[in-house]
Amino acid sequence: MNAPLPNNLAKMQAAPLLRVDNVTKWYGQILGCRDVSFEMRPGEVLGIVGESGSGKTTLLNCISGRLAPTSGSVEFDTARFGLTDVYALNEPDRRRMQREEWGFVHQNPRDGLRMRASGGANVAEPLMNLGGRHYGKMRQATVEWLERVELDTRRIDDKPRRFSGGMQQRIQVARNLIHGPRLVFMDEPTGGLDVSVQARLLDLLRELVRDLGLAVIVVTHDMAVARLMADRLMVMKGGEVVETGLTDQVLDDPQHPYSQLLVSSVLQI
Amino acid sequence: MSPASNTPERYYNYAYLDEQTKRMIRRAILKALAIPGYQAPFGSREMPVPYGWGTGGIQLTAAIIGPDDVYKCIDQGADDTTNAVSIRRFFAQVADVAVTEDTAEATIIQTRHRIPEQPLKAGQVLVFQVPQPEPLRGLEPRETETRAMHAYEEYGLQYVSLYESVATYGRIASTVGYPTMVDERYLMSPSPIPKFDNPKLDDNEAILLFGAGREKRIYAVPPHTRVRSLDFEDYPFETQTWEEDCALCGARDSYLDEVVLDDAGERMFVCSDSHFCAERRAQGHVGRMADHQLAATPEKEPAQ
Repeated sequence: MNAPLPNNLAKMQAAPLLRVDNVTKWYGQILGCRDVSFEMRPGEVLGIVGESGSGKTTLLNCISGRLAPTSGSVEFDTARFGLTDVYALNEPDRRRMQREEWGFVHQNPRDGLRMRASGGANVAEPLMNLGGRHYGKMRQATVEWLERVELDTRRIDDKPRRFSGGMQQRIQVARNLIHGPRLVFMDEPTGGLDVSVQARLLDLLRELVRDLGLAVIVVTHDMAVARLMADRLMVMKGGEVVETGLTDQVLDDPQHPYSQLLVSSVLQI
Repeated sequence: MSPASNTPERYYNYAYLDEQTKRMIRRAILKALAIPGYQAPFGSREMPVPYGWGTGGIQLTAAIIGPDDVYKCIDQGADDTTNAVSIRRFFAQVADVAVTEDTAEATIIQTRHRIPEQPLKAGQVLVFQVPQPEPLRGLEPRETETRAMHAYEEYGLQYVSLYESVATYGRIASTVGYPTMVDERYLMSPSPIPKFDNPKLDDNEAILLFGAGREKRIYAVPPHTRVRSLDFEDYPFETQTWEEDCALCGARDSYLDEVVLDDAGERMFVCSDSHFCAERRAQGHVGRMADHQLAATPEKEPAQ
């Protein structure tokens, strides 16, 4: 679990984990996102920032195989088929790949958790989906993961609604990491949480991502989240990517007028 | 008992349903038998009883019954409960069939909540009344999603319910409708039979048909099909056991109902399969309370 940090050279030399090529999504006459292209290497954290309605979530849904783009392709380095267009896979293979190799952390934990099952069962479900049939071992793994996301393991059998919003979000994080995915999508993972809980969750996420060497695509409108988590940033406006670059570069020396506006509008305390 | 005669003119609308409806149901039955455990949709009709009283089972029976059949109907194992008696009378009237309480003699047995204790034979059909055919429904409310799960054999979710049970009770505590895997392919709800009966589904000689009228699904287990009850490696499947024997017939290996006798906590356990119990008593087996009034032989129904 504690793999050494892959250095940047290794990241650049590695084969792409994800290749997004000219992805465009139209909702009828309304533009979702247009001509988005980028590549990701294993272990890289990409932040997508932009104002509300800029196409961030549309793009994330297109990339994560949940919303077919109008044109363009999304290729992922699958364990079974190598680099493959995720929309060219048939449905069972795509679902299996999403289950085995991806995670998806929703903004609202209610969308990502089974509210009728206990927190522990929610965390253990991915293991059962991958064929786990030994209760004791799965229970052990669940306890370990609850400890890792700093939840009280005595509450393992409580239903999600009995946890606070921040705790629910941590359950969701554990549920999406327990099966060892290679790529995790996060849609506003700290949205709707108060500032101190946000800070703790961010800290936790950053630690886990670094420890596990995960590749993450995190969508956010919060510049602090982007600064803390992402290696690289994509700034979106009106469905198009207006600027990309290393996080520090984009935030410290924004080139596009919109990026400048975005960075300058962060409240300073 | 011999089957009543039928004149050919009667055959239109024989057994309550019209011929086209019966053909439609038979096609669904054939499909269900061809894909064991698969829930075949069918156009369920309005029946003269409310949903939940066995509309699915009645439609299945109506589609397969013929004048030469011998019909038995049980509810919770008993032949003499209201629902069983009225459904049995219904088919005696609309299908002119002989009716029986004898498990061995019957060719079609319609059941709710039990499989008879006496092993079934080739040539017999057991028709189950099913309230909820979808075993995954409790955790996944979307029909589109559960259909995909069946199609792609994604059954991890069913284990979530078992996991919850072990986490809460320290064992797999569900006792009815215990989920099964048919021929290692389709996850199937065995209808609300006690898990005591689950092993009888496996490698059964008879045809097992399941009908859900409200949910409009038919599924089936053909003879000699492997049916496995789900479990964990460290929490294997096990059936219920009782500390007492049947108070009437002394049976040790049958499914027992608890009967509360008074306000002082006095109780007795009796076989839920009334025919099985009566037959054992006729053979001279005696239980602890063999002279109890429950042991009185019920009056035979008057011939129709």
